[in-house]
Amino acid sequence: KTSFSEQTEWMLKVRDQRCKTSFGALFDHFAPRLRGMLMKNGFGAAQADDVVQDVMLSVWRKAASFNPERAEVSGWIFQIARNRQIDVIRKERRPVPEELAMPESTDVDGEQVLGVEQETAKLRSAIARLNPEQRELVEKAYLGEFTHSEIRDQTGLPLGTIKSRIRLGLERLRHELKGER
Amino acid sequence: MTEISHHIPQSVLTAYVSGSLARPFALVVAAHISICEDCRAELAAHEAVGGALLDDFDPIMVSDDLRDRVFAGLDDDIVEPAPVKGTAVYPAPVMELLNGKAPKWRSLGPGAKQCILEAGEAGSVRLLQIAPGFEVPDHTHGGLELTLVLQGAFKDEGGRFARGDVEVADDDVEHTPRAEMGEPCICLAATDAPLEFKGLMPRLLQPLFRI
Ligand SMILES: [Zn+2]
Ligand SMILES: [Zn+2]
Repeated sequence: KTSFSEQTEWMLKVRDQRCKTSFGALFDHFAPRLRGMLMKNGFGAAQADDVVQDVMLSVWRKAASFNPERAEVSGWIFQIARNRQIDVIRKERRPVPEELAMPESTDVDGEQVLGVEQETAKLRSAIARLNPEQRELVEKAYLGEFTHSEIRDQTGLPLGTIKSRIRLGLERLRHELKGER
Repeated sequence: MTEISHHIPQSVLTAYVSGSLARPFALVVAAHISICEDCRAELAAHEAVGGALLDDFDPIMVSDDLRDRVFAGLDDDIVEPAPVKGTAVYPAPVMELLNGKAPKWRSLGPGAKQCILEAGEAGSVRLLQIAPGFEVPDHTHGGLELTLVLQGAFKDEGGRFARGDVEVADDDVEHTPRAEMGEPCICLAATDAPLEFKGLMPRLLQPLFRI
């Protein structure tokens, strides 16, 4: 049997066996990081805790829609957290795409899962190689409630420069991903 | 699935993933991704960036109390509501706004109808239906406009747009999309500023029509 990353293994056990020990392992890894992300985004401690609770319960309840052939655990949880954050901040449900029908069998295409994991690892190393300035812009683009014009206000750089820098940073990420496709 | 040639720009996908995209545009993105495999894959790549950043965050200790609360919730019998399904024309996120019913069309002049799905401070999102051979009424935008074709096709200065295609237009674009012959062209159109249709009715009446 091919072995996947720890996180994928935990998540598959949660999905297929409703394993609480594996859920605990996911909780211990992600809950403190989610809390860090939320508090950096301006959530107070109590509000952040509420969102962490909702997100981790969604991870348990929506586990059936986790598909390692398409997404890595952290990206899947990120997206749940982001939707929840928007629900809380804007008091509205964020529009989400129609879910794809899940395959009837829970057999995983091991090669595809490993492919996704390898691609994501490449992406991570690309992110790790960004210089601090680029890294900050990528973080703002992906994590902040910032629009491009808000970024301009914060850094005092002209909008055009920021836009092209974000694109350059992204392009590097994209190329890194594409090389593996 | 027919070939889609005009997709969601990367910058718009990033904004969608980060949550900073205004709701009307987020609806168009969600509707497009519902019917476009390419952009669904692109979205997954962007979410992977978010996931990598999340994984990198400095952990902040979580109380045992919170852990206990979450574990206590695992055995709750929560029935998630069945997700809304899309139809051959309207993708799921649009059907959701229509509450599962057919759109109620209002005339916008000869050969053009609209059905406003949402209008608010963040902008508006509507369905437009243009009869074969007719033009979308002459208009300008105060900001960004994203248009997703759901049925039929139109042509304008930017090219040909058929089911699944997205046209991005901004403030200074004055385009005159014309529906092709065949089926009426139905589009989902989002703007972050009120659309101004010219010469259709006195400006004073516009608030009544919410355009
Ligand atoms: Zn697309
Ligand atoms: Zn327009």
